[in-house]
Amino acid sequence: MSQPSISKSMTSGESGLAVVFAVTAFLCVIASAKALDAPFAFHAALSAAASLAAVFCIINRYLDRPAALPPAEINGRPNYNMGPIKFSSVMAMFWGIAGFLVGLIIASQLAWPALNLDLPWTSFGRLRPLHTSAVIFAFGGNVLIATSFYVVQKSCRVRLAGDLAPWFVVVGYNFFILIAGTGYLLGVTQSKEYAEPEWYADLWLTIVWVTYLLVFLATIIKRKEPHIFVANWFYLAFIVTIAVLHLGNNPALPVSVFGSKSYVAWGGIQDAMFQWWYGHNAVGFFLTAGFLAIMYYFIPKRAERPIYSYRLSIIHFWALIFLYIWAGPHHLHYTALPDWTQTLGMTFSIMLWMPSWGGMINGLMTLSGAWDKLRTDPVLRMLVVSVAFYGMSTFEGPMMSIKVVNSLSHYTDWTIGHVHSGALGWVGFVSFGALYCMVPWIWNRKGLYSLKLVNWHFWIATLGIVLYISAMWVSGILQGLMWRAYTSLGFLEYSFIETVEAMHPFYIIRAAGGGLFLIGALIMAYNLWMTVRVGEQEVQMPVALQPAE
Amino acid sequence: MKAILTLDNLASGLVTTIWTPVFVAIFLAIVAYALWPRNKAAFDEAAHLPLREE
Repeated sequence: MSQPSISKSMTSGESGLAVVFAVTAFLCVIASAKALDAPFAFHAALSAAASLAAVFCIINRYLDRPAALPPAEINGRPNYNMGPIKFSSVMAMFWGIAGFLVGLIIASQLAWPALNLDLPWTSFGRLRPLHTSAVIFAFGGNVLIATSFYVVQKSCRVRLAGDLAPWFVVVGYNFFILIAGTGYLLGVTQSKEYAEPEWYADLWLTIVWVTYLLVFLATIIKRKEPHIFVANWFYLAFIVTIAVLHLGNNPALPVSVFGSKSYVAWGGIQDAMFQWWYGHNAVGFFLTAGFLAIMYYFIPKRAERPIYSYRLSIIHFWALIFLYIWAGPHHLHYTALPDWTQTLGMTFSIMLWMPSWGGMINGLMTLSGAWDKLRTDPVLRMLVVSVAFYGMSTFEGPMMSIKVVNSLSHYTDWTIGHVHSGALGWVGFVSFGALYCMVPWIWNRKGLYSLKLVNWHFWIATLGIVLYISAMWVSGILQGLMWRAYTSLGFLEYSFIETVEAMHPFYIIRAAGGGLFLIGALIMAYNLWMTVRVGEQEVQMPVALQPAE
Repeated sequence: MKAILTLDNLASGLVTTIWTPVFVAIFLAIVAYALWPRNKAAFDEAAHLPLREE
């Protein structure tokens, strides 16, 4: 408890971090001056500026705060740390809209190539990784960090571990996104799909991610609730596995410590296998395990029903852990990868049907006794439809991993359709649902500004998804069939450009679907903004009037 | 001609193969733990955890 007699001094964390950032700023200035290429100079200068800003913020925060750090408990109740969660929630919404917008732009470029503008920075090749990273790592990542910090505190009934560390995680992660994203536009990439950032961004992410793991673990360790809730297991698997994948896929040797270019440690098929071991488990542990944690916490909470089967959730978790890590080779069917490895990847992908559908059933059946709420609560409807999309895309994925199916689907738009039924339907909707739940909770609001607007968001976005995925199914299967069509004389029936021409109408429909999804997100941002700005305050006990952070 | 079965490749074969039964055994133990009748009450309690927090 705070005592006025305590003399105020910096914690070792505050002074240590301020010194580290001051030294980093100095080193970055030198790196910027000695840089071999312009993007590296820009990133070094940006890092120097950010480091100085960090020193300023740390000192300013120290000067503004009372002598004692925020207590872990106030009147016997946990004093939850909501500041970093608010920051990450706002960033999630910002990056979501940015990422959806870039997606719409590149979808339109495919339909009308002149939109490339003939400029290197706006070409499809640079904007595409900007889109994927913005939606997966920036939007999805911020949603995961925000919800994980919320859920771990609430379900462990304890304040988040660390004072500066949670802020370091949320701000540091977003700075990584900034470096990665601006790098893509400037042509900095190591050309590994979903792992495009160059060596220096990778090193920074490693530091941020390890801190994230430590904050999460330390919070679990000091928990007041004896049982570790299943959502925390999923979050922990997500954090640990992403660390392992990141370190496994990214060993690279920079050409110079003052340049952005690096070369991966291994080449050829080893590199391809490592890349897709990483790539598919980014799907499995970033886009699945992390968002399943959201499902296991937010659906029971919103439906006010217990988890349908906690036993099933345990089996769901461990089955995913044991199976997912082997599925990567299905991205490399009919390549130089050994045949047995391809079959292994296919087999494990098919086995994933069981835990995926077990988990889906568990999520859906949690509504037992509360199905009527689907009619009245559009937020719950969003969460439940996301689980339905999870079931659908985890049915489709294993099917596409079967080699004969893959021989038709691979390299076609079918893959894009599959990814987006998972990304828009599952990851997008479960994230929207979680944010709709969490924003009023963390800002102490009675409820959302408008449930009607949530309803509009739900239907507009759903229509967008349906347009998107059905267009890509038709386009992809058409494309695959045209590629393999032979004439009676054994010649290929269609030239490549004919297949491109055939896809044009579907590209327009896809862009329209993406546009609707973006409109839905804009409605959401307005709704959340108004919730925070004018939403009615939740009536709290007097203790809550003390600052929560 | 060298012998196909040497102590060396027997050992390395064992080390690389042993994980399959080990992982299967661990997984089965987890399933047994999840389904063990005596654990049911604790798990039913845990299923309510999000609903009874502060």
